[in-house]
Amino acid sequence: MLIKKPADTRESEVTPPSWYVRRREFLQVAGSTAVAVATGAAGPLFSGTSTVHAQNPAAQKLENLRKSALSTDEKLNSYRDVTTYNNFYEFGLDKGDPARYAGSLKPRPWSVVVDGQCGKPGNYHIEDIMKWFPLEERIYRMRCVEAWSMVIPWVGFPLADFVKRFEPTSKAKFVRFTTLLDTKQMPGQTEPALPWPYVEGLRMDEAMHPLTIMAVGLYGEVLPNQNGAPIRLVVPWKYGFKGIKSIVRVSFDESQPMNTWQRMRADEYGFFANVNPAVDHPRWSQASERRIGEFFKRRTLPFNGYADQVASLYAGMDLRRYY
Amino acid sequence: MTSTTAVRRVVKPVVFLASLGPFAWLVYGAFWGDLGVNPVETITNHTGIWTLRFIVITLAITPVRWLTGFNPIIHFRRMAGLFAFFYGSLHFLTYFVLDHSLMFAGVWDDVVKRPYITAGFTAFVLMIPLALTSSQGWIRRLGGRTWNLLHRLIYITAIAAVLHYLWKVKLDTTNPMYYAAIVGVLLAARVWRRARQASLAARVPVRGEA
Repeated sequence: MLIKKPADTRESEVTPPSWYVRRREFLQVAGSTAVAVATGAAGPLFSGTSTVHAQNPAAQKLENLRKSALSTDEKLNSYRDVTTYNNFYEFGLDKGDPARYAGSLKPRPWSVVVDGQCGKPGNYHIEDIMKWFPLEERIYRMRCVEAWSMVIPWVGFPLADFVKRFEPTSKAKFVRFTTLLDTKQMPGQTEPALPWPYVEGLRMDEAMHPLTIMAVGLYGEVLPNQNGAPIRLVVPWKYGFKGIKSIVRVSFDESQPMNTWQRMRADEYGFFANVNPAVDHPRWSQASERRIGEFFKRRTLPFNGYADQVASLYAGMDLRRYY
Repeated sequence: MTSTTAVRRVVKPVVFLASLGPFAWLVYGAFWGDLGVNPVETITNHTGIWTLRFIVITLAITPVRWLTGFNPIIHFRRMAGLFAFFYGSLHFLTYFVLDHSLMFAGVWDDVVKRPYITAGFTAFVLMIPLALTSSQGWIRRLGGRTWNLLHRLIYITAIAAVLHYLWKVKLDTTNPMYYAAIVGVLLAARVWRRARQASLAARVPVRGEA
């Protein structure tokens, strides 16, 4: 497979962790100056998002992370943005709920069941999984179906490496992921907001694409509970809801799985869920998005700006039909 | 001091300041950078819900007067209505300026294509003539009967506002349904009273009441 590099990525994006802070301090000054100039007295409006927030001092640090040419060099959203504004209905419907209530989740000990059409099914501990592959930093845009976006420095490994390890058979056409089902750890599951547990899926070629990762951390630390600890999916060219969190099962399927949001509202959410400014959500436009921390909306890019790398996966497909 | 002047000079200013509370909360939050990770969303949701609350308060005043016989409450109806318009204007401006960067074309595209925007826009636009004709002078100029008829547009505004809220939420319709129920009761009270008056009038001819 020919992997093109993203058009907007320069080699210079490979940044040591200690530089995040300096870059963000600079951007904070630049950003708040610009906002202040643009809006007069409303300058402090955005100080909440541009202030440098400490990472969690108690969190385990993930060392010796590889940099990736697939990362973007766009301005990162703050640790606070990334960890306090989440859709994770297992802990409540408000975006602040996951940060407030995800303390009940116990990400250790944790194991992931692998089953279905593969040569090496089994039950694998998260500690082992994290040692199988060198961990990489992947700075990706994340575009939510609700028309907002962030830039997040994930830590993880390619899903392709993970998949190959289990030797999927020729019958394995799809990969299905399942979130933990446990009302004690995930109290939101006592509410019938969604059919639990949350399920997502990828076509095999999507799963094997180098952009697709399993994330086990962000900002150089193990994943906070509210972001889907201990292991979650990140598919940067798809809407955020495809990035299933707190995964306990990975299954190799012959047929296309029914993902949770499609089961819930098939007219609004499909299986593919590729970011597409030309195909609106039935109730709102997908043509633009609000990058968290910015005042005005920006245009949404096809495949969330990853079209050069992934558009070929969908050649010949009617993306209006397969939204 | 009569009870009417007490209402005018003391209670009204207090209620006026209290009604500015939600706005003050926004200004305070904006000043201290305390409006959350997505401040624009916070502003939009906050101004939106307070618009609906003031619409409900406006609609509730007449039935409360019927129920309690406390007539001075009518002095607050215009104020509540104008606050609904005030918060509705902030809500619309947030959307117009921050979501559409002051581009009318984008707004119109939404109005035509998206039912929840169609409903919200309808609710807002119908409040404009009500706000403009809210003064004593306009009541005189239009005449009580015409003025009353015109101001029944608030019923459509209330229904449209609830639909706007209901069609916007992604999943949990609990809160919109509460507002739908309240608006439903407040409108049903009017229908019920009208029907009752009609049946009374059939027996004893009295002067009509709007």
